Amino acid sequence: MPTLRSRLGTATLVAVPLVVLVAFFLYPVSGMIGRGFWTDGSFDPGGVLDVLGRDRVHRVVWFTLWSAGLSTALAVVLGVPSAYVLHRLSFGGQRILRTLIVVPFVLPTVVVGVAFRQLIAPSGLLGGLNLDGTATAIIAALVFFNVSVVVRTVGSFWEGLDRRTEEAAAALGASPLRVFGTITLPALLPSIASAASVVFLFCSTSFGIVLTLGGLRYANVETEIYQLTTQDLDLQAAAALSVLQIAVITALLVISHRTRRNAPALTRAAERGRRPAVRDLPLLLWTAAVIALLVTPLTTLLVSSLRIDGAWSLANYRALQTTGAHNALLVTASSALAHSLEIAVQAAAFALVLGTVVAFLVSRRPRSRAVRRASGVFDGVFMLPLGVSAVTLGFGFLITLNKPPLDLRSSSLLIPIAQAMVALPLVVRTVAPVLSSIDPRQREAAASLGAGPLRVLLSVDLPYAWRALVAATGFAFAVSLGEFGATSFLSRDDNPTLPVVIFRLIGRPGAENFGMALAASVVLAAATGIVMLLVERFRVGSVGAF
Amino acid sequence: MRSNFKASGVLGASLLLIGAVALAGCGSDDSTDTTKVGKTLVVATHNSWAMSKEVMAEFTKETGITVKIATNGDAGELTNKLVLTKDDPIADGVYGIDNTFATRAVDAGVLAKYRPLISAASVKSYALPGDGASYLTPIDYSDVCVNVDDTWFAKKKLAPPTTLDDLAAPAYKSLTVTEGAKTSSTGLAFLLATIGKYGDDGWQDYWKKLVANDLKVDKDWENAYEVDFTAGGGKGDRPIVVSYSSSPPFTIPKGASKPTTSALLDTCFRQVEFAGVLKGSKNPLGMQKFIDFMSQRSFQEALPDNMYVYPVDSTVTLPAGWDTFAPVAPHPYVVPPADITANRDTWLSQWSDVTGR
Repeated sequence: MPTLRSRLGTATLVAVPLVVLVAFFLYPVSGMIGRGFWTDGSFDPGGVLDVLGRDRVHRVVWFTLWSAGLSTALAVVLGVPSAYVLHRLSFGGQRILRTLIVVPFVLPTVVVGVAFRQLIAPSGLLGGLNLDGTATAIIAALVFFNVSVVVRTVGSFWEGLDRRTEEAAAALGASPLRVFGTITLPALLPSIASAASVVFLFCSTSFGIVLTLGGLRYANVETEIYQLTTQDLDLQAAAALSVLQIAVITALLVISHRTRRNAPALTRAAERGRRPAVRDLPLLLWTAAVIALLVTPLTTLLVSSLRIDGAWSLANYRALQTTGAHNALLVTASSALAHSLEIAVQAAAFALVLGTVVAFLVSRRPRSRAVRRASGVFDGVFMLPLGVSAVTLGFGFLITLNKPPLDLRSSSLLIPIAQAMVALPLVVRTVAPVLSSIDPRQREAAASLGAGPLRVLLSVDLPYAWRALVAATGFAFAVSLGEFGATSFLSRDDNPTLPVVIFRLIGRPGAENFGMALAASVVLAAATGIVMLLVERFRVGSVGAF
Repeated sequence: MRSNFKASGVLGASLLLIGAVALAGCGSDDSTDTTKVGKTLVVATHNSWAMSKEVMAEFTKETGITVKIATNGDAGELTNKLVLTKDDPIADGVYGIDNTFATRAVDAGVLAKYRPLISAASVKSYALPGDGASYLTPIDYSDVCVNVDDTWFAKKKLAPPTTLDDLAAPAYKSLTVTEGAKTSSTGLAFLLATIGKYGDDGWQDYWKKLVANDLKVDKDWENAYEVDFTAGGGKGDRPIVVSYSSSPPFTIPKGASKPTTSALLDTCFRQVEFAGVLKGSKNPLGMQKFIDFMSQRSFQEALPDNMYVYPVDSTVTLPAGWDTFAPVAPHPYVVPPADITANRDTWLSQWSDVTGR
């Protein structure tokens, strides 16, 4: 029987993240959507409903669905074989490759947009394919971003799969293909479904990619909300699309939660992978092709940052100490990097504290059905920031966080808070599986020997979870470094982050400024890459997995 | 059970309060004085804001006021943010609303009346017509013009185009890139130039010809100039781009004295940028002083080098090279600001239909 004290403790733990979520997410978002429902002081839901009948809205919704669906399918097809190679085999340089795969996921979308356009513009390396301004380019970029989610999610799961069933089937004479079809694939399905639903979520809410590569022909729900809010001031239409988006995302989260619930708990890999054999060659080649797809845009970026007027030069990197040609920037790029790092530390700390509390709560397996269901809802609610328009959130901050006690519009904490809301779900998804994999009997044993709740936490949970906590912090740090969407709406003083500076440099005339933007992009990509490499050292399978 | 529920409720509420107070405390360093002239002034502006430290220090020295710049997207996003936060403005004043968004801001009532006492004679010609002039003070202007890569045309031994009509001619097929009118203020200015030239009945036909001549429409200036333009940072493959009359000086190669590009002065639309005091400002007097300062010589003189725009005070000397390589359009096409606000949605959706965007 839980004591009053432990109940109070749980209530506090539930209350803290909920209060933060309400204050910094639900309240601003509903404030912004509310503006669309109340026109000229009167409640007008009919007007919002009418928007959904517009031709353009149908086109936008249809593009969102099919581009996200196709990108998800491609990411799965490309990612699953690579997951095998990177997580079930064992060879030198594997860790670097695993890191490399995650780098695109944390890269700022502005950087990726520029890199892709350099590659596919008629004058670029792949110019001959005429991909510029096509849906193919958008889908390629979406796959580039999300293939890592599939590799990490399926890979970390695959690593922990009990190999004895497969070995038994093989010993009984089943061909490798048959073993895969009848044993491995069915076992992997929950993790594939979970990865696919999250990738679909990311693709359907992608903002920066569709904005930079979509040109004018293609818009998804996210970029349309941006257009409607920032240019057309059509708040009714923006509210209609936001509500539609939230409804779809909620449905997706429910599906994703169901598949995750059916999946067995994460097991820690006891066996090392085997060395690659000749029969693995097709899969190795496949993986090499996937890695080439990921590396090409990054290489283009690196090479063009080092070329000035047809010669090799480091001038673009030296320019990072300046404010650019013709005072393009208010501060030097290097001080923007320093500021980015500072914000990332705050955001990561914030996300870690909240994320750990949420992970701790959702990883318990309560006996009562009602509590279990509540815990599922609780889990889902904290995933919502992944799927809600950064524009709606950003503008929501502006119109709601202006009165005491939440008078934060001009606070320097606003950006770290917004970034923490973005990183929070990723922290939860990294830490929760590790906490769930702890046998509750260990805790019960500790408690029955007289350990208090805190002692149990320190002596049972922490030894298992500390790696995951460190890795999640690093992951949140990297995500925060690259975050652009929400930051660009909130960055309001002469103290911008590096992604904002890059965006600004691209928007200024002069080849020097463009070269400087490329150099800054490389620095940012390298910084996030190094952080992810360090994270990888902790060998926590759930980083970047869902 | 009941008491537990109550206890957790009280606990939650008090946590909310503690957290909020703690956070609010951190934010209070920005609070401004509400009486008389405040020591700090928050100015909302667009992302293209740039000004030398010396000029801003001069203002602080003169008035004792420190200016905090808050950049808020492009001119459209800036205007819309101000409209949305009208009841509790995010700044004390605004700089950077242009003539395509000016009447939206005036009509929405986000501004307080103010006109500087002293201003140059040339300023009047840039002012908004009618009542708008008492809310927004013109500071600078720029001409959106078609730019051509002269080196490219010389190499191909082809005479570069000179007029809007030329762009639709077969000789220039697949050579032009512009920005989307819905997504870029440069693109919108170009659309307005064509509306100014061909009128309400003729512009759609002109655009149909442009589209038939394989016009490329990019999302924004960055993509058009830096990726697709042959003389931009990305070394693209289109030698004709919609940009500014002030763009050519930036294409002077190192060691050379002449730019490799030029602006076609018969293809231009003039964008005027304004400053104003926001209604509900915490420091209205400070903003008034800043508008005065922006109208004066030192600020006006620094405009071209920092923001590539022309000062509204015509007595100010332009930087070297501007008079030769960045002349302004003698007769830019004109569309009245009130017409723009009234017809923007219609024009943009017609433009979308014609271009298939």
